[in-house]
Amino acid sequence: MQRLHAMICTCTNCISNGALKIKNALEAEIVKQSLENDVLVVQTGASGLCVKGPILIVQPDGIFYQYIQEKDIPNLVQEHFLKGRPVKELMYVPEGKDIPIPKISDIPFFKDQRLIALRNRGIIDPESIDEYIANDGYKALAKVLTGMSPEDVIKEITDAGLRGRGGAGFPTGKKWDICRSQVLEKRKQSKNLRCYVICNADEGDPGAFMDRSIVEADPHSIIEGMCIGGYAMGATDGYIYLRIEYPLAIARMKTAIKLAKEYGLLGENIFGSDFSFDIEIFEGAGAFVCGEETSLIHSLEGIVPEPTQKPPFPAQSGLWGAPTNINNVETWANVPMIISWGAKWFSQIGTETSRGTKVFSLAGNVNNAGLVEVPMGITLREIVYDIGAGIPNNKKLKAVQTGGPSGGFIPARLLHLPVDYERLKEVGAIMGSGGMVVMDEDTCIVDIAKFFLTFTSDESCGKCSTCREGSITLIEILDKISNGEGEESDLDYLEELCIAIKDASMCGLGQTLPNPVLSTLRHFRDEFLDHIKHKKCPAGVCKPLVRYYINADKCTGCTLCGRECPADAISGMVKKPHEIDLNKCTKCGICVKVCKIGAAYSK
Amino acid sequence: MPKLKPEDLDRIAAKMKKTINLREGESRARVIVHMGTCGIAAGARTVMTALMEEIEKRDLKDVILTLSSCAGFCSREPMVTVEMKNEPPVKYVDLTPDKAKEILEKHVIGGNIVKEYALAVGSERVL
Ligand SMILES: Cc1cc2nc3c(=O)[nH]c(=O)nc-3n(C[C@H](O)[C@H](O)[C@H](O)COP(=O)(O)O)c2cc1C
Repeated sequence: MQRLHAMICTCTNCISNGALKIKNALEAEIVKQSLENDVLVVQTGASGLCVKGPILIVQPDGIFYQYIQEKDIPNLVQEHFLKGRPVKELMYVPEGKDIPIPKISDIPFFKDQRLIALRNRGIIDPESIDEYIANDGYKALAKVLTGMSPEDVIKEITDAGLRGRGGAGFPTGKKWDICRSQVLEKRKQSKNLRCYVICNADEGDPGAFMDRSIVEADPHSIIEGMCIGGYAMGATDGYIYLRIEYPLAIARMKTAIKLAKEYGLLGENIFGSDFSFDIEIFEGAGAFVCGEETSLIHSLEGIVPEPTQKPPFPAQSGLWGAPTNINNVETWANVPMIISWGAKWFSQIGTETSRGTKVFSLAGNVNNAGLVEVPMGITLREIVYDIGAGIPNNKKLKAVQTGGPSGGFIPARLLHLPVDYERLKEVGAIMGSGGMVVMDEDTCIVDIAKFFLTFTSDESCGKCSTCREGSITLIEILDKISNGEGEESDLDYLEELCIAIKDASMCGLGQTLPNPVLSTLRHFRDEFLDHIKHKKCPAGVCKPLVRYYINADKCTGCTLCGRECPADAISGMVKKPHEIDLNKCTKCGICVKVCKIGAAYSK
Repeated sequence: MPKLKPEDLDRIAAKMKKTINLREGESRARVIVHMGTCGIAAGARTVMTALMEEIEKRDLKDVILTLSSCAGFCSREPMVTVEMKNEPPVKYVDLTPDKAKEILEKHVIGGNIVKEYALAVGSERVL
């Protein structure tokens, strides 16, 4: 029994930053210093602050180390593991301060989070089923199978107020109830009909990694959730639709399923009950549209993954025509906790309409980018400034974009907004599956709206012309505006087209792809007008609209910019103010970068 | 492997509890061995090993053994600090593996400070 546990994060992020090398070096050094009976090295899923990876957390004191390199290991092992002196140089230092914070529980990024779906992150080895069990794992399943009827389970989930975490926020209990009645109905005709529950781990939003992290850190929480759901709805089989770009998540899930089968937690007569249930992984090829539930089902069936009209809903006719229930990874991970701790406990977290917590991948212009789980109802300000530690380089916040490529932009003045399904919708954004991108003043709204549209346009399956052609036309108009050729009437046209695409597209992809345009038109109309009327891009991003100048009052005539300018567009005598020939200027911005006194500028 | 029954979960959890407790920092008592260079030279590692073995042997699930650096009193090493939950820490000096085991038994398990080995301010043995 070791006295110290060195918890090394081996999420995909940290591994790509060299976590496995660090793990090997750590183990070797521990042997070298004869500490193998003192220190246990444990691999864990994402700690959440993995932009600062590789991350090592040393328990029981919870000392948090970041940016670990191989060369740090011998000293770390000797100082901390042998002599008990945690190494300050490797600790987290808050933005703009110079005193490190040693303990993970004191770091604001972690302190302000509330972990339900991510309850086991960084605490257990995802490849050990015993460690999952030690943290009350599979107890909820035992509780369900020894003392709850399927109706009890559904009632508990309904009373908890859990809503789907995959995008639309549909009440999970209600969805299960509909599916169960379909199963019972269909079984009247065919007694042994196989019915399905599916875990949607397609996670197609660019930059999102919530679901991957949950699978990598705590795969059993999903298996347990699915077993409970399977029992409640009378399903016989489960599928986990995992995208093939997530090899580590796939490997961990495979191990977890194997271990669960060995323990009889999957298979025939689970816990000696008459409930039998199995789970299989399906590796999806990673198209965005496959996250949409009808497409996902077609992909599983081996046919072209195009969405189909609803109704029939999957509960009525899903996989191979059988009643099917699809939930998102995070939704499933919440289920065992609700069963164990009760609907009442869960429903006290969050807001009136949005109970519990939500996991976000916080990204963009924010100091502590990472994975955060927060209670619903927390304000955007708390997420961006307390947990995220604000905007780098003292820049001003411009907007927070939530909901992935089909989400919306929330302007900085609405930072007091509590995050829940309804409030986000009111301001033209959506909860989505948990993408949250922070944008500073250097972000051009027209440009970024175009960026998201380019993604959805690429990923459109092409079935509906409004989505296929409409998205391309939207991009063309936005292009025109950022080239300085926009007219005021374009804005009305944009709006009209957006509404048409929303109304006439069959699936969620087309119905939501106009959101980035609509929400920017709503909150940032002035910036569109700057581009159109004043031919200006306030953020200096749209190249055709940017002009470079040299401030003659500031310029000392050092000649540096002239020598660096690749277009030979800058002229001037030594010690005399220089000038840019706007006809020759290619707007590369090098002059601004090299000017030491800030005389060169753009506007 | 035989299939699990509901009651097996508690058995597995009990077996693993010590491991998991350590990571969550929840404990009744914390035993800190001071392992500066001075401590190590004076034999702090043997004290540490003895404590580890004893905690293992007695299957103490809610005791965390940890270490810290030199307590600033190098001539009286090896030193151990015992922090019982909701009580002020007590420092022990001039320890040997046997004395450490005795402290574990009497103070950590029994709840009574072992006055002979305890140190207060200055170098007198008080308490
Ligand atoms: C284009 C598109 C992509 C989607 N991608 C995902 C996804 O990657 N993961 C996910 O869980 N749900 C995704 N959804 C939502 C699913 O269709 C479905 O609503 C969800 O999986 C249901 O689970 P929930 O009720 O637990 O949220 C997507 C929907 C659309 C329209």
